Amino acid sequence: MDILREKTLIITGHYGSGKTNLAINLAKSIHSAGTSVTLADLDIVNPYFRTADFRQWAGREGIGLVSSDYAASGLDVPALSPAVDAQIGSKETTLIIDVGGDDAGAYALGRYAPRLKASGYLMVYVVNAFRLLTKTPEEALGLLYEIERASRLKAGCVVNNSNLSDQTTPEDVQSSVRYAQKIAEQAKIPLAMTSVRRNIYEKLADKNGFYPVDIYMKPPWAED
Amino acid sequence: MDQRVLMKGNEAIAEAVIQAGCLHFFGYPITPQNEINAYMSKRLPRLGGTYLQAESEIAAVNMLYGAAAAGIRAVTSSSSPGISLKTEGISYMCGADLPGLIINVQRGGPGLGTIQPSQADYFQATKAPGHGDLKILVYAPNTVQEMVDVVFTAFDLSDKYRVPAMLLADGILGQMMEPVQFPDQKPDIPAKPWATNGTKGERAPNIINSLYLVATELEDKVRERFVRYGEIEANHSQAENYLTDDADVLLVAYGASSRVAKRAINAARNQGIKAGMLRPVTLWPFPKKQLEAAAKNAASILTVEMSMGQMVEDVRLALPDRKVQFYGRTGGVIPTPEEILEQIKALGGGVK
Repeated sequence: MDILREKTLIITGHYGSGKTNLAINLAKSIHSAGTSVTLADLDIVNPYFRTADFRQWAGREGIGLVSSDYAASGLDVPALSPAVDAQIGSKETTLIIDVGGDDAGAYALGRYAPRLKASGYLMVYVVNAFRLLTKTPEEALGLLYEIERASRLKAGCVVNNSNLSDQTTPEDVQSSVRYAQKIAEQAKIPLAMTSVRRNIYEKLADKNGFYPVDIYMKPPWAED
Repeated sequence: MDQRVLMKGNEAIAEAVIQAGCLHFFGYPITPQNEINAYMSKRLPRLGGTYLQAESEIAAVNMLYGAAAAGIRAVTSSSSPGISLKTEGISYMCGADLPGLIINVQRGGPGLGTIQPSQADYFQATKAPGHGDLKILVYAPNTVQEMVDVVFTAFDLSDKYRVPAMLLADGILGQMMEPVQFPDQKPDIPAKPWATNGTKGERAPNIINSLYLVATELEDKVRERFVRYGEIEANHSQAENYLTDDADVLLVAYGASSRVAKRAINAARNQGIKAGMLRPVTLWPFPKKQLEAAAKNAASILTVEMSMGQMVEDVRLALPDRKVQFYGRTGGVIPTPEEILEQIKALGGGVK
């Protein structure tokens, strides 16, 4: 399944599963392939390390970015931008909705459920085998159901984004695939792909099913 | 066996608190530490513990006082403005010799300030976390892993000396994600024969109190407490040396700013400038001896903080004969590695 062909992508998952970094990479891939893209920041949970931090980057890349006027402003207001509504169902532009973590973040998504159901969507459930509270497929499934309940939408695929930040090894990634497959099997949806940092992707002998990502979410002291 | 997991700083603190045997949390939400509350609210009820969102920070810290008086390992958490509200309770805990952990994930100040990371609560934590003659243990980790590690030490020393402990983090450490490994150890909580947990008709009632009617009695009590403070100062200061052996330019930084400083030091070394860093892990007790040793052969000393200059005063007290430079950003602004590198280069150009 090629999620890059979808017109409306919703990125959900446990907080810290790597949703925002994945959303940024997807936006860049789709834009590079010649389709216009808008990223919508629906995060009402995180004060920083969120899509809205990438407003300047998006401007440079020619990628649309919709977020609350209060996002990353220092004003701690969980608000949504009215511009999100205007982006849903666009024929020309691919919409990538980056949802805040867990069911708490997914409640904000539920506000758009009727329109998304009408226009069609693919909700992606991002998983990371190295997160403490979703280490087992059962725990990850439990969270998926909480997110589906809160958002009133159904996940259409799993993306395996298992990582240990800059300590991730190729073995870590390989060993996480089975975990993601189990979640997908039990949820009766496909495992769309395994996203992996580019330096590890280069080392993989068989790249089939893997998607290379660059790291945008990092602290200000990180080595390039 | 490799048991690394990827955790956000705040949730790593919360999980470490639980694994250290603390199942009782009293708090009130404030950015940028809300993940601690959220994590505790999910986990503690399932473990038979208490997650209690109090009506205010003041209520929460006094619940900590009550739990500690009953001999229970307990914690409260907040960020800068909320910690100011808790200072009354912290003082009462010091006055009643109660252990307990207070978490401060600092944000910009004064006042409501900003929700961005800051280190401007150094004075509050180390000099006056409440009124009166008092001290509390202050830990300032700089990685998510170290935040986990110091939680265990902080609880243990807090119990041992009956002195409250503070974990002084900041917004970026609380919000960032890093791999961590939890120590494979069961908490070892000492017996607390002084606790007000029921006499069962077997002993005289214990009294937890910070009020004295006779001045000399209070003076004696405070002096006895300061003997314990002296033991802590002599035995429990912690610091990390980073490339200090041959350093011409010695940086002193803690917490998030030490992460930025480290990157600047590596860049300086690549340019042929011998830079190094003494990083306090405990802010009280301040690692004076470690700093004296690290500074001995350095030509220049530079303190870097996310404040207008607070720890720098302790650096100057520890090194009275030395010229100590300062560089800081404040209000929630994080200094960049490039800014610090410029400072190092300005100092590294001088003769030893």
